[in-house]
Amino acid sequence: MTRLKKLLLSLTVLAAFGMGSSQAATPDNTFVMAKDIADIITMDPAEVFELTTGEIIANIYDRIMMFEPEDLQTLVGGVAESWEVSNKGSTITFKIRPGLKFHSGNPVTAEDVAWSLQRVVKLKKTPSFIITQFGWTADNVDDLVKATDNNHLQITITEEFSPGLVLNAMSAGIASVVDKELVMSHEKDGDLGYEWLKSNSAGSGAFSLKTWKANEIVTLEANANYRHGAPGMKRVILRHVSEPSSQRLLLEKADIDMARNLTPDQVKGVMGNSDISIDGHPKGTIVYMAANAGHPILGKTEVVQAIRNLVDYESMANSFLAGQFVVHQAFWPGGLWGALEETPYQQDIAKAKSLLQSAGHGDGFELTIHTLTNSPFPEIAQAVQANLAQAGIKANIVTLEGKTLWPKYRAREHDIILARWSPDYVDPHSNADAFANNPDNRLEAKLTGHLTWRNAWADESSNMLAVKARNELDLNKRKEQYLELQAMLQKTGPFVIMFQQNEQVARRKNLQGFVSGSNFDLVFYRNVIKQ
Amino acid sequence: MASAAGGQPTAGPGQALRSKLASILGVLTSLLLTFIGLTAITFVIGRMMPADPVLAIVGDRASQEVYDQVYLQLGLDKPVYIQYLRYLEQLLEGDLGTSIMTAQPVMDDIIRFFPATLELATVATLLGIFVGIPMGVLAAVHQGRWPDHIVRVISLIGYSAPIFWLGMVALLIFYANLGWVAGPGRLDVFYDGIVEPTTGILMIDAAMSGEWDIFHNALSHLVLPATILGTFALAYIARMTRSFMLDQLNQEYILTARVKGMPERKVIWGHAFRNVLVQLITIIGLTYASLLEGSVLTETVFSWPGIGQYITNSLFNNDMNAVLGGTIVVGACFVGINMLSDLLYRLVDPRIRK
Amino acid sequence: MTTEATLRGWLLAEIPTSKWQARCQRIFIGWLDFKRNPIAMIGFLIILGLVVIAALAPWITTSDGLELHLADRLKPPSSEHWFGTDELGRDIFDRIIWGSRITLYIVALVSIIVVPIGLLIGTVAGYMGGWVDTVLMRLTDIFLAFPRLILAMALVAVLGRGLENAVLAIALTTWSPFARIARAEALTIRNSEFILAAQMQGISTVGILARHVTPLCMSSVTVRLTLDMAGIILTAAGLGFLGLGAQPPTPEWGAMISLGRQYLIDQWWVPTIPGIAILVVSLGFNLLGDGLRDVFDPKSGN
Repeated sequence: MTRLKKLLLSLTVLAAFGMGSSQAATPDNTFVMAKDIADIITMDPAEVFELTTGEIIANIYDRIMMFEPEDLQTLVGGVAESWEVSNKGSTITFKIRPGLKFHSGNPVTAEDVAWSLQRVVKLKKTPSFIITQFGWTADNVDDLVKATDNNHLQITITEEFSPGLVLNAMSAGIASVVDKELVMSHEKDGDLGYEWLKSNSAGSGAFSLKTWKANEIVTLEANANYRHGAPGMKRVILRHVSEPSSQRLLLEKADIDMARNLTPDQVKGVMGNSDISIDGHPKGTIVYMAANAGHPILGKTEVVQAIRNLVDYESMANSFLAGQFVVHQAFWPGGLWGALEETPYQQDIAKAKSLLQSAGHGDGFELTIHTLTNSPFPEIAQAVQANLAQAGIKANIVTLEGKTLWPKYRAREHDIILARWSPDYVDPHSNADAFANNPDNRLEAKLTGHLTWRNAWADESSNMLAVKARNELDLNKRKEQYLELQAMLQKTGPFVIMFQQNEQVARRKNLQGFVSGSNFDLVFYRNVIKQ
Repeated sequence: MASAAGGQPTAGPGQALRSKLASILGVLTSLLLTFIGLTAITFVIGRMMPADPVLAIVGDRASQEVYDQVYLQLGLDKPVYIQYLRYLEQLLEGDLGTSIMTAQPVMDDIIRFFPATLELATVATLLGIFVGIPMGVLAAVHQGRWPDHIVRVISLIGYSAPIFWLGMVALLIFYANLGWVAGPGRLDVFYDGIVEPTTGILMIDAAMSGEWDIFHNALSHLVLPATILGTFALAYIARMTRSFMLDQLNQEYILTARVKGMPERKVIWGHAFRNVLVQLITIIGLTYASLLEGSVLTETVFSWPGIGQYITNSLFNNDMNAVLGGTIVVGACFVGINMLSDLLYRLVDPRIRK
Repeated sequence: MTTEATLRGWLLAEIPTSKWQARCQRIFIGWLDFKRNPIAMIGFLIILGLVVIAALAPWITTSDGLELHLADRLKPPSSEHWFGTDELGRDIFDRIIWGSRITLYIVALVSIIVVPIGLLIGTVAGYMGGWVDTVLMRLTDIFLAFPRLILAMALVAVLGRGLENAVLAIALTTWSPFARIARAEALTIRNSEFILAAQMQGISTVGILARHVTPLCMSSVTVRLTLDMAGIILTAAGLGFLGLGAQPPTPEWGAMISLGRQYLIDQWWVPTIPGIAILVVSLGFNLLGDGLRDVFDPKSGN
């Protein structure tokens, strides 16, 4: 017995030793945020297409064109000091800023810029379509994109495209300027440094990548020689915390400076804490449902229209989505140039019933809603399920991780998908091409980049308008055409567009200067300071 | 309970040794077969998943051309058995392929993540041993009286509570409300990367490099998940100890010892307990192995970067190489530990010694 | 009174007059033992309570547990909502009650799949011996070697998410210990006299397995099954927690914890109450299993 007591005593001592509180706040020169970073698979700007890395490489690499944190509305030159459009918009010449340096110390030349774009086209990774749509291929890109001298880059567009759109595309992640000399020194078997750049960085931006441990941590280190001056923080740490409630606990305990993935209810919970501030950032992410037009019932326009009239947008936006999503019903996100802000739909059960009646489904039918596992998708799906039930439509819900959901979607195996969409770059064409254009609806065409194709939906007039707006040189006309296209898609088409995201970021009050713009990759760490 | 092996009292020492060797050889053969079966089943499951390994690499918006290119790169056009043989061949060379999720060789990932699980499971098992065994003995000695009932109820609750829920509640109470322990994760971020990962077990690494701050921080992070996981170990070990001890205490030699006036403590610890030790080794081995795999949910709740979370994340991300590699390693440990305790049992079976 | 007395007398008669009476006596004496064990009785009452609640669900509840009331979300426990409401304004009490049916459904379905598979493989292996035994036990060992939860997760990934598939996955990972137990029992009785007698009577192998070997394995299998029930419930809840089991809005307790966990800090009742429900029921099964083991195997008990 005494021996047992001794043992228990020593265990208690051991436990007490471990229990001392670790209340130290984060260091003054380090910005620590908790975020779900499980989506990271590569750090190579030629391949990056995930939300988290989109944001990270925006802080590592300067792009040809950019939006700057000081003014998120205006497109300005990044490494390009100025540019000139000629040949009716088919040629653009960029003048590269003099005196820029990569993190390695190498100078930024027009050749680096040209090579960065050529590399994207040659590696042919997922986001390459953003520039290959201009007619660039691995064979011709060396001619169409070239450095004419040490500080001039000339690009030639072979397809008919609005130059405004081309310039917008030059602000996407694939237009990140990569240090050719450094990357090529790590080339293996002609891979253009692909293996190496997956987990390293070679940019000229405000930060460089120090470490990336998948599902654990990303550490960025400040570039003291950045062209806008040294960033406010020496280090930025993204710590992987997948549970929003854990993020909240860490924030309240000051173990982190910022929580990126709090749910609306958690935000409400921390509002009483005087050390914590909440910032809202309207985002370009929209939440939508898509009905497979290949489905015998969902293929009918009236049925989709009935669903638009069944969803109770308002009560969702006012309850479990409050603060983080607003009702938005057009494919281009509100607040951006060319967005249609009208929200013509609210719940109208009688109207929905009569639409179903006229489609011949007055008695209802059964369908499956596939959606993502993370909040708020299961909640929205359940609310929609209840809404649909009011007109006799029985919906079953299946929640899946994105990686399992997308293959279903791309193979047209769904009834209804409830998902989200973010523009690839800030130009309405990015979404119009996905939501309105479908040049070839045949199954074997596999135009999986078009949401229209995934839903087996194609419409001649919608296609024509999308292409016309894409090519339009006159900005005002172009805007009108996009408004028209959005209004058209609100009435026809397989999409029930429901909400637009308003990112809520919770931070310790002493941390300031975090900037988050409308697009997923318009997030800037360099102005962050601690007081 | 006792194994059937080695029950020939008349055999000479040489013959006994030979039969022991034979039985060890048998164990090793079955180990190999089990392992092959394990890889085969895992591989087939992996290939049958509706999830698309190519999409896991190229992402949702890839064009068909990009898709086809990767499809061929992965060798998915070959028949499954060829793919399996190729996998086995690489496995023998210690190559488990590359993980999509981390862009690193799976082997490197496992070397990085496994120590975290090992650390967690080891401390949890130690907790089970040092608290569970005395509890079990206590219960057996006081059979049918209140200490017995208390131990029984505690161990049954430890058995019955959903571990992920217990973890959440414990985190709320001990971290958020009381502030006694550190929160989710293995270490506060700003300590990250300071200590050279020699063993991968943070507390040992920190102690070796004299970073006592980090040691303290790591321990503070470990206490809660290890206790939660340890509850299960404790419950099982206490229960089994009690039952083994009861067996012994009812034996005649104990009665004899008591009649001879031997002190009670010596009767219990010196005689009865010594005789259940061997059986306990098997139980502890089993517990340890099951904690290694059972930490999946604990790791999820505590953001613990261990192998369980690695496998879970890989599964959700269709990262087949990582799932296969992780499952095989955990399975191998499981098999290995079981075999080891089995071997130990055969080597020190008390009935042979007597 | 009198019938009860005579029934008791019949059940406790020194010399049973029929096989039937002998069997009933065995069960009755077991029951008397069982009744004296307070812990086992608590377990028994919990499980009985679960069954009763599940059966009476339509009369106990006021809603089907699926109705949304977005205006009434996250209300604390009150006289109107005994266990409060969840993130979509559903009554948690009603959902717990309806969820009891799902728990029973899982447990029943897994047992129906696992016991026959385990018995079949185990008795065949033990009785036949030789290479059949080797092959079957090798297979059993492989499944025993698998990390159970991980295998179940992978199987759900193959089969698709949902309650039925989760049950199937759990069953596929649970049968192996039953095969082991059945084999051990079959081994011990394989050479007993009554089996030899049956063989001499020319009864087929199938007949011997079905009529003589299997029934003798039943008691140890039943005990093991009861003890495993808690594990089954916890695994199902774990799968639900990971989002692999029952799909929303099904009121499966594990899934309720999973969706409710983000409310733990401010609305503790949302994930806590289903957690307690799981704890109580799996405790019930553990207590019951413990008691049953004491009855069937007095050596290890009180």
